Amino acid sequence: MVKKRSRRDGNALMGWLYATPTAVFVALLFALPLLLVLKMSASRWPLLGGDKGLNFPDNYAKAVQNRFFADSLIFTLKYTILATILLIGLGLGLALLVQESSRWRNLLRASFLIPSALGLASASLLFYVLYSPLAGPLAPVMQRLGLSFLGTPNMALGSTLFLIVWRYAGFYMVLMLVGLQGIPAQVHEAALIDGASRWQQFRRVTLPLLRPTLALSTVLCVTGSLLAFEQFYILTKGGPDNSTISVVQLIYTVAFQGQNDLGVAAALSVIGLLALIVINVAQLRAFRSEGS
Amino acid sequence: MKGIASLRGGRRAVTAVLAAGLAVVLAACGSNAGTSDTVQAGPDGVDDGSELTLWTRAPLEKQANLLVEAYNASHKNKVKLTVVPNDDYVAKVGAAAGAGSLPDLFAADIVYVPNWVKQGLFKDISANVNALSFKDSINKGHLAAGTDGGKNYVLPFVLDLSMLFWNKALFKDAGLDPEKAPATLAEFAAAAKAVQGLHKDGVYGTATGLNCGGCMVFTWFPSFWADSQDVMSPDGKKSLLTSDTSKKVLGTWQDLWKSGAVLPSSKDEAGPTWTAGFTQGKVGLMFYPATLLSSTPFDVGVAGIPGVNGGASTFVGGDGIGVSKDSKKANQAWNFLNWMMSEKAQVDVLAKNNDVVSRSDLANNSFAAKDPRLVTINKVAGNGKTPVALNFQQAYNATNSPWLTLVRNYVLGDGADLQKNNDQVTAVLAQ
Repeated sequence: MVKKRSRRDGNALMGWLYATPTAVFVALLFALPLLLVLKMSASRWPLLGGDKGLNFPDNYAKAVQNRFFADSLIFTLKYTILATILLIGLGLGLALLVQESSRWRNLLRASFLIPSALGLASASLLFYVLYSPLAGPLAPVMQRLGLSFLGTPNMALGSTLFLIVWRYAGFYMVLMLVGLQGIPAQVHEAALIDGASRWQQFRRVTLPLLRPTLALSTVLCVTGSLLAFEQFYILTKGGPDNSTISVVQLIYTVAFQGQNDLGVAAALSVIGLLALIVINVAQLRAFRSEGS
Repeated sequence: MKGIASLRGGRRAVTAVLAAGLAVVLAACGSNAGTSDTVQAGPDGVDDGSELTLWTRAPLEKQANLLVEAYNASHKNKVKLTVVPNDDYVAKVGAAAGAGSLPDLFAADIVYVPNWVKQGLFKDISANVNALSFKDSINKGHLAAGTDGGKNYVLPFVLDLSMLFWNKALFKDAGLDPEKAPATLAEFAAAAKAVQGLHKDGVYGTATGLNCGGCMVFTWFPSFWADSQDVMSPDGKKSLLTSDTSKKVLGTWQDLWKSGAVLPSSKDEAGPTWTAGFTQGKVGLMFYPATLLSSTPFDVGVAGIPGVNGGASTFVGGDGIGVSKDSKKANQAWNFLNWMMSEKAQVDVLAKNNDVVSRSDLANNSFAAKDPRLVTINKVAGNGKTPVALNFQQAYNATNSPWLTLVRNYVLGDGADLQKNNDQVTAVLAQ
C-alpha cells in the first residue's frame, strides 16, 4: 500500500516536472502579457507617459467611440468572409487537382506551395512594388485602362485578397491534401460499386469525411483573417479614404500613430480577443453539431 | 507524505515563478517615464572616448551619417548611429521611453518635438544653450518647438525646408522661362498645365502625395503662410482651414487634379515614393524637400513656395535633437551637440554637402556663395514657419488623420464637407 502510494506520488511529481517547462513558457509568454494587457486596458497609459493609474471603464468607452471602430469591424468581417471562402475553396480545389501523385502533379504541388515559404511582410512588399503606379511593371497597362490597384476601396480590397490567395492557397492545399489522403480508398470503391457519380462521391463521401480538416482550416483562416495586419499596413495603410482599416491596424494606429494611447489600444485588443473566443467557439460547435 | 510535500513544493515553485515574473513585468511597465534633469557640462562638454548612441529616422539618414562620420573622425567620443524607418520611429521611441532605454541622443521630427518635450523625454540643456554666443542665430522655429516653460530641450539637427523646384529642361520645352520661378499659386498651376500640355509620354505637370498627410502639411501650408493666413490658432488647438485662402489653395489643387496635370500616382501616394516622379525627371515642377537638392540629378530651379497673392514661404521641417532623459553620458552627449552647432559642422559638413545650415549667421557661407540656390533656400528659411501643436501627429500626419480626409474630400471630391472636416481637425487638435 505504502509502495503503491509512493509510486503514485512519484508519478505525480514526474508529471509536474514534465509540465513545468511548458507551464513556465505559457505563464511568461501568454498569461503575463495577457494580464498586462488587461491592466493596461483599465489604466490611463499614454505611449510616452507610462502608467498613470486606473481609469476603468474609460478606455473601453473611448475604444467603442473611436470614429473608425464600427467601420474597421465591418471591414474586417467582410475581409474575413471573402478570404475564408476564397482560401478554403481554392485550397480544396487545388488539393483535388493534385491529389494523385504524378511527375507533373508533384511539380504543380510544389509551385502552389512555394509562396507559403515567403513571410507575409516580404510578400506584401513584393506586391507593393508590383502594384505601384510609379515603379510597378504593370503600371503602364493599368494607366492605359484607367485603373489603379490600390486606388479605390474595392480595388484595394481585391488587390489585397489576391496577395493573400497567392500567399496562402498552397498552405490550405496541403492541409486539404492531408485530409483527402486520410480518407480510405475502400470507401470510394464502395461508393463506385454502388453506382455513385463523381459529384455524388464528392458530395456524399469526400466532403463529410473531410469535415475535421475543413473545421481546422476554417478556424485557422477565420482567426488569421480577423487578425489581418501586415498586408494592410504595407499595401494600403488603411486607405484609400480609410476604407481598408482592419481591427488590428486600428489597434496599431491608436497605440503608435497619432493618438499614442496604449490604454485604448489595449481595450480594443481585449474586445478583439473576446470576439475571437466567441467566434471560434461558435465555429467549433457548428462543426461538431453537423458532425453528430 | 514526502511525495505530497514535493507536490506542494512543486506547486509553490511554479506559483513563485509566476508571481516573480508578474512582479517584474508590472514593475517594469508601471514605472513612469521619468523626469528630465539638466545638463551642465561646461561649454564644450566632455570628450573622453565614450561611446554615445544616436537614433534618427530614415529620411535624414544622409545628413545624420555625414555629421556622425565627421564627429567620430575628429573626437575621442564615438557616436553610434541607428537609423529607424520613418513609420516605426514613434513606436520605437515610445517603447524605449517606457522601458527607460532611450539612446543618449535622439532626433525627432520637429512637429512632434513639443509633445515629446512635454512628456519629459529630453534633458534640460538651457544652461549650455544660453552660453552659446550665437544663440540668437539658431533657427527660431526649431528652438521654439523645443522650448517649454522658458527652458531649452532641443537643438536643430537637420533643417528640411519645402521649396518650389522646377525642371529647367521641361520648362524650356514648354516655352516657359527656365530662370524665372512662378510668383503666385496661379502661375504655379499655369506652369504645371503648360508642361502637361507638352503631352510627353509619362510626363506630368506636377506631383504631390494625396494620401500622405505629412507630405501635404510640408508642402501646402507654406502657400497659406505666404498669404499671411495661419492654418491653426497660435495655441495649436483650433483649425483654420475654412478661410478664403484655404479655399483658394485647395481649389487650385482641385483644378490641377481635375485637369489631369497631376501625376496620377499622387492620388494613392502615401509617402514612400512621393518625390520619385520629380527625381526621375517626369514632373515639371513640384513643392519638394530642399534636402534632396544635392541628389537631384538634373538642372533645377529653386524658389520659396508661392502664396495665392504672391509672396513666398516654407515649412521649416526636419528634426530637432536633444539629450534623452535616460542618458548616463549627458556631458559627452552635449559635446556632440556643441560641435554640431559649431561653424565647423554647419559649414564644413552641412553646407559643403548642399544642406541647409541651422544658424542664420552662417547662411552666407563660402559653399552657399557658389550655388545661388542655396542662398535662396537659406533666405526663405527666415520667412518660414514651424507649426506648433501638441496633437500635430494625430491631426495631420497620421495615416487616417482628419486633415487627410479634408484634403481628399476637397481635391478629389467637391469640397462640400470643408466645414465638417475642419471641425474634425479642430476636435483632434483640442483634445
